[in-house]
Amino acid sequence: MLGHLAAQRLREIRQAFRQIPQASRSFSTALNYHLDSPDNIVDLPWEFTDANKEKVKEIISHYPSNYKQSAVIPLLDLAQQQHGGWLPVSAMNAVAKIIEVAPIRVYEVATFYSMFNRTKVGQYHLLVCGTTPCMIRGSREIEDALLGHLGVKRNEVTKDGLFSVGEMECMGSCVNAPMITVADYSNGSEGYTYNYYEDVTPKRVVEIVEALRRGEKPLRGTQNPKRINSGPEGGNTTLLSEPKAPPCRDLDAC
Amino acid sequence: MGLGQLASRALLRSSRLTTATRTSHFLRTIVSTPELHNSEAAAAQSQPEPDLPKRNPVGGARIHFPNPDDAIEVFVDGYPVKIPKGMTVLQACEIAGVDIPRFCYHSRLSIAGNCRMCLVEVEKSPKPVASCAMPALPGMKIKTDTPIAKKAREGVMEFLLMNHPLDCPICDQGGECDLQDQSMAFGSDRGRFTEMKRSVVDKNLGPLVKTVMTRCIQCTRCVRFATEVAGVQDLGMLGRGSGEEIGTYVERVMESELSGNVIDICPVGALTSKPFAFKARNWELKGTESIDVTDAVGSNIRIDSRGPEVMRVLPRLNEDINEEWISDKTRFFYDGLKRQRLNDPMIRGADGRFKTVSWRDALAVVAEVMHQAKPEEIVGVAGKLSDAESMMALKDFLNKMGGLENADVFLLVGTQPRVEAAMVNARIRKTVRATKATVGYIGPAADFNYDHQHLGTGPQTLIELAEGRHPFWSALSNAKNPVIIVGAGIFERKDKDAIFSTVEAIAKNANAVRPDWNGLNVLLLNAAQTAALDLGLVPESDGSIESAKFLYLMGADDVNVEKVPDDAFVVYQAVPTVGDARDDWKIIRALSEVAGAQLPYDTLSAIRSRIRTVAPNLLHTDEREPAAFSTSSLRPEIKEKMDMAPFETAVKNFYMTDSVTRASKIMAQCSALLLKK
Repeated sequence: MLGHLAAQRLREIRQAFRQIPQASRSFSTALNYHLDSPDNIVDLPWEFTDANKEKVKEIISHYPSNYKQSAVIPLLDLAQQQHGGWLPVSAMNAVAKIIEVAPIRVYEVATFYSMFNRTKVGQYHLLVCGTTPCMIRGSREIEDALLGHLGVKRNEVTKDGLFSVGEMECMGSCVNAPMITVADYSNGSEGYTYNYYEDVTPKRVVEIVEALRRGEKPLRGTQNPKRINSGPEGGNTTLLSEPKAPPCRDLDAC
Repeated sequence: MGLGQLASRALLRSSRLTTATRTSHFLRTIVSTPELHNSEAAAAQSQPEPDLPKRNPVGGARIHFPNPDDAIEVFVDGYPVKIPKGMTVLQACEIAGVDIPRFCYHSRLSIAGNCRMCLVEVEKSPKPVASCAMPALPGMKIKTDTPIAKKAREGVMEFLLMNHPLDCPICDQGGECDLQDQSMAFGSDRGRFTEMKRSVVDKNLGPLVKTVMTRCIQCTRCVRFATEVAGVQDLGMLGRGSGEEIGTYVERVMESELSGNVIDICPVGALTSKPFAFKARNWELKGTESIDVTDAVGSNIRIDSRGPEVMRVLPRLNEDINEEWISDKTRFFYDGLKRQRLNDPMIRGADGRFKTVSWRDALAVVAEVMHQAKPEEIVGVAGKLSDAESMMALKDFLNKMGGLENADVFLLVGTQPRVEAAMVNARIRKTVRATKATVGYIGPAADFNYDHQHLGTGPQTLIELAEGRHPFWSALSNAKNPVIIVGAGIFERKDKDAIFSTVEAIAKNANAVRPDWNGLNVLLLNAAQTAALDLGLVPESDGSIESAKFLYLMGADDVNVEKVPDDAFVVYQAVPTVGDARDDWKIIRALSEVAGAQLPYDTLSAIRSRIRTVAPNLLHTDEREPAAFSTSSLRPEIKEKMDMAPFETAVKNFYMTDSVTRASKIMAQCSALLLKK
């Protein structure tokens, strides 16, 4: 009896250790500390382009002059768009200089938000929603289809530098689940788009990827031809007649 | 907080719980309580329970009522306490004598409220509140030992211990760890966490601070200390959720002269002392309260020793001088005490080698040579670290540290407080941060960690200020409490009297020296210099050494050896240590007897009473002495002309300023790593 219990406990312990040691489930593309790599060195010069410098001025003007640091998130976003979808440490330093704070205050923000990529991503960064409604509707199969088609792992960039696949939390399109987002960094901050592709199927996402590869811009929104936006498949089933006016007081009678 | 203290308090509480008649708080619903709307019932309830024992504030917590009208009354466990408006619930509890467990809250740092350990129950609040971040409101009924408060603490403790490694036996914080103590006092004996613990990569913060980041509980005390007190924004909180960690993102060491203090404020073993790592356990150490001698601030310290060996140096609380911080030099120079020491008397023989001799022989030789030399050929030089009874000041010459916080304009003349007296710098920084005081600086370009105006580099600017021609003059003259700090480097200049008289003129014009305010300060470099000035040992120029036949160096290591004549007889007396070495004063006393001019004291108390007659303030240790300057004293006319050469830096290397710090390996590492630019 005792031996049986001991064996069972041993099995449990083994089971606990067999799990992949995933210390923290991080959606971020990078570690919480910087490691020098050829394209990401602290001393590498980095500057906003002239066109973006105007945008920087415009963004800063939204905030009181003594609260410049409030512009950290829009500026990091702009820097990310300019730099092909990711933030090297030198870009963060440039932002810190503009808003006049210590660089660490910018690093804190950039590491907090998973939408700021601190390692290289593809020109088209595909983000698969993995939250419950999308997961129930098959987001795992969608991700598998994308990864299989592109031949990469999650957060890895394809050899041609065009695509990378990441996971994201709920983007509020649950009514059209499952969905993916395509962040298009192929044309810098001017041609930057961030489009939702909803009601996707494993077959459809592959088609979208191929269309993007050809340089086409597939139509965003629901990919189910029978649906209009978030409406039901095959047209409305309720609220078909003209809506009745709400019962209002007769103001003239007063 | 000692474990025994906690345990005894826990016992006290449980006994009180059983005796006092209380209503049960197990069931709580958010419904209106009609008895509270009844004024009579409320009045009856607010009556303090008569059988409550009298409580004393925790750790001598001080209450200061800036405006007596703003006093409010709150009830802590039924015990009424009067506090000024704006205090937090936690502070109210401290004044009522209840110590609330906490990790992130620190009285000298901003409030973060993220560890949740200080949860208490507040009547009519639907859930426990974090007492450190909750302002106390009039009539608040705070309950710190109810089942709800206890359960909340236990739950928080379980969460904190979830990812905390069980490596107390190999952790340097063991025995003085807040987490260890508080988990014993407030935690549960079991947890429900069965998954893998997270692990975090260790960071390199330099030669002084060792990091084991897996132990970190993310209280952010170190981040707030670095940002607010040390003024180096290097540390930050990176990532989010369970992936959160303290770090610098890009690898960089903490370039602060106060970085060692993060070791003290870290409530767990995440940041510990690198030189002290695995050297000793805190319960093996004997603490000796002392005063720091590496600079002229006179920081209060505790020297922890095991046997004859100094193991580490920790700060002691002194609100007027160093608060509870000390500089890295103070904290880590102690290994220099063990190296390059003179343990036995030695005489250099004819062959040029030093030979160990007995004290009797050594003293006889010295006395003989001394008799042969003419009185004017005898020169004594007292060094920076000459010991307590002969010279050590233990005094704060600056003396106005507390006063610095009331200042609104600072004028720093030829002084870089960041390297000369790091604690003074921390005070100025605190003032600049708190009240936006302006700082003007005259001297070579220097590194400041607060906003300042660099007015100029030399006496030219000083003259302009004295004549009111400089733009900074308007700020200085309009200041209510101006402070002028003169650096010690000035006194090394030939034109020191001219410069000091100009500074005095500025102080007079700016009304910096008044009966109620002394704004003129001299920042000296070391404690002995302070004491020497008090005792009347006048620093003579190097010129007197050149004519010397008999040179007595008492711990003086900064004498220019090349100037000493070849035929001079040099006696070098060093700071005493283990071995056959004797206390400094005993050597001089013995020498006086051999030389036939016996000094009239032969005990420690006798020499101390002699000091009392010469300089009484030297024996009032642990107290701030008001600086005694007078601008109206009769001074001879200043004849020498002012030299227009710019001021020089008095301290080139913060980590190495005297023989002990130069012998210290840790200080050598610091200056090699941190000062290369």
